[in-house]
Amino acid sequence: MAEKKSLGKEFSKGIIRENPVLRLVLGTCPTLAVSVAVTNAIGMGIAATLVLVCSNVVISALRKIIPSKIRIPAYIVVIASFVTIVQMLVKAFVPALNDALGVYLPLIVVNCIILGRAEAYAGKNPVGASFFDGLGMGVGFTFALIVMATIREIIGSGTFLEGIDSLTALFGATSFTGFKLLENPIGVMVMAPGGFLVFGLVMALANKVAEGRGKPKAELKGCDACPMAHSCSLHGTEESCENKEKEESAS
Amino acid sequence: MINGKMLNVSISPHLRTTVTTRRIMLDVIIALCPALIASTVIFGLRALLLTLVSVAACVFFEYIMRKILKKNNTIGDLSAVVTGMLLAFNCPSGIPFWMIIAGDAFAIIIVKQCFGGIGQNFVNPAIAGRIFMLLSFGQMSKWTQPGAGFMNLGGVEALTGATPLAASAEELPTLTDMLIGMRGGCLGETCILAILAGGLYLVIRKVISPLIPCVYIGSVAVVMLIAGKGDFTYTAYQLLSGGLVLGAVFMATDYTTSPISKKGKVIFAIGCGLITCLIRLAGSLPEGVSYSIILMNIFTPLIERLTTPKPFGTPKKEKKAKEETA
Repeated sequence: MAEKKSLGKEFSKGIIRENPVLRLVLGTCPTLAVSVAVTNAIGMGIAATLVLVCSNVVISALRKIIPSKIRIPAYIVVIASFVTIVQMLVKAFVPALNDALGVYLPLIVVNCIILGRAEAYAGKNPVGASFFDGLGMGVGFTFALIVMATIREIIGSGTFLEGIDSLTALFGATSFTGFKLLENPIGVMVMAPGGFLVFGLVMALANKVAEGRGKPKAELKGCDACPMAHSCSLHGTEESCENKEKEESAS
Repeated sequence: MINGKMLNVSISPHLRTTVTTRRIMLDVIIALCPALIASTVIFGLRALLLTLVSVAACVFFEYIMRKILKKNNTIGDLSAVVTGMLLAFNCPSGIPFWMIIAGDAFAIIIVKQCFGGIGQNFVNPAIAGRIFMLLSFGQMSKWTQPGAGFMNLGGVEALTGATPLAASAEELPTLTDMLIGMRGGCLGETCILAILAGGLYLVIRKVISPLIPCVYIGSVAVVMLIAGKGDFTYTAYQLLSGGLVLGAVFMATDYTTSPISKKGKVIFAIGCGLITCLIRLAGSLPEGVSYSIILMNIFTPLIERLTTPKPFGTPKKEKKAKEETA
């Protein structure tokens, strides 16, 4: 379990150092699918952040009540409830975004980031820390999505913030509908190969930035990284994988 | 008395060949020249200009990337020149210059240098560059027809039309025209005779083995003969059109991305032939050569593993028995 840290650090670690997409490599499926346009990326990022913060808080509050053997179904129920709420809100207020995100909006339920944070963090930490962890991870996810989508949309479609009026319409502004930058875009960038290409390059850049600052790599090691740690009979004992790893690295 | 010279024992290898990467690449460039001359005659000076721009861009990107990655400079081995020429040969002559430079950048920076430079690329950079352009730019399938004017450098007003693979029966050029290259298509793929001359030079210089080109083209011929119900004219059109000969001679034989052993080469070439036929006959694309080669490039490590030759004297049965007991 992670040691005590200030709430600010819980928030800021998700942005670069433990960025869920670029450093922990979670939630890659929606990242690749949604990052074709900045508008979609912003919408997806906000929706996922909302779900992540709410589910982290609720799961953290219930962490002593949920029996460890059935915790995954319990987490899914909590997450699914919030996803349903968010989906209904999006359908009601931003229907264009709902069409653009398609199946990836309901699929937030099985987004690795949300389940991963519930499992690795919210299930073991107090409510306040979990709230900031969820917020940081959500902002990190949104940040990674926007960076990738900016590159892909400008090069691949030749536009920037295309269709942003569907989001700004919430505040009554519909005059700005995005820039048209290039006449001859490089279409492959908005296809699947371009997604992987940009993903790889941005990931390399994030590694460079995070390590260049002299900060350690993502600290999920041993039992913290293992999804089965709660039900593991060796967990906490001398023979646990965590201790074995330590011994191996010591010898 | 012991002679001081006799004690001077160097580590192996003691016999050195004069064949270097630069020599091989120079041979490939010489072999590409007939096709370059032919394309200049057929499509005008713009073909030559496009090739030169592509070569310059490739060498430039190679130089910059090696500098950024702080590695020793490899533009002297001429492999970037070959990539640039091959990529230009895979484009129609009417394409804008910036598009081929984008293709060059993808081929050299992403496919070649990000994976470690010459000898480390997992697919042929020129083919990857072509597919990158094919997926991105509609202009890639606007085939320039011959006779657009020798001095026409703008490329925009050049006549465009379908490649023979996509044309209907009435518009087909004669087989002789197909052989000397008087048809629409990419720069280097149209003049079959010039490509074959270059291929023959490479085989005589022992730069490439004739196994891959022969088996590749042969397997396409067999499948097309069956698909055309024994119609030889149909088969001949299939063999002479598209980039089949160019791909088989210059791209499928790339050292890094094709198997080493003879058995592996045959499997590789048959795979290329079958995928080409599958795409041409059943796919929605008119051309399948580049996709077939890139797919078989990816299969190459697996083919190598299957066809590793056994060292001389290795007993067969004992090895099996050992594996069973292990």
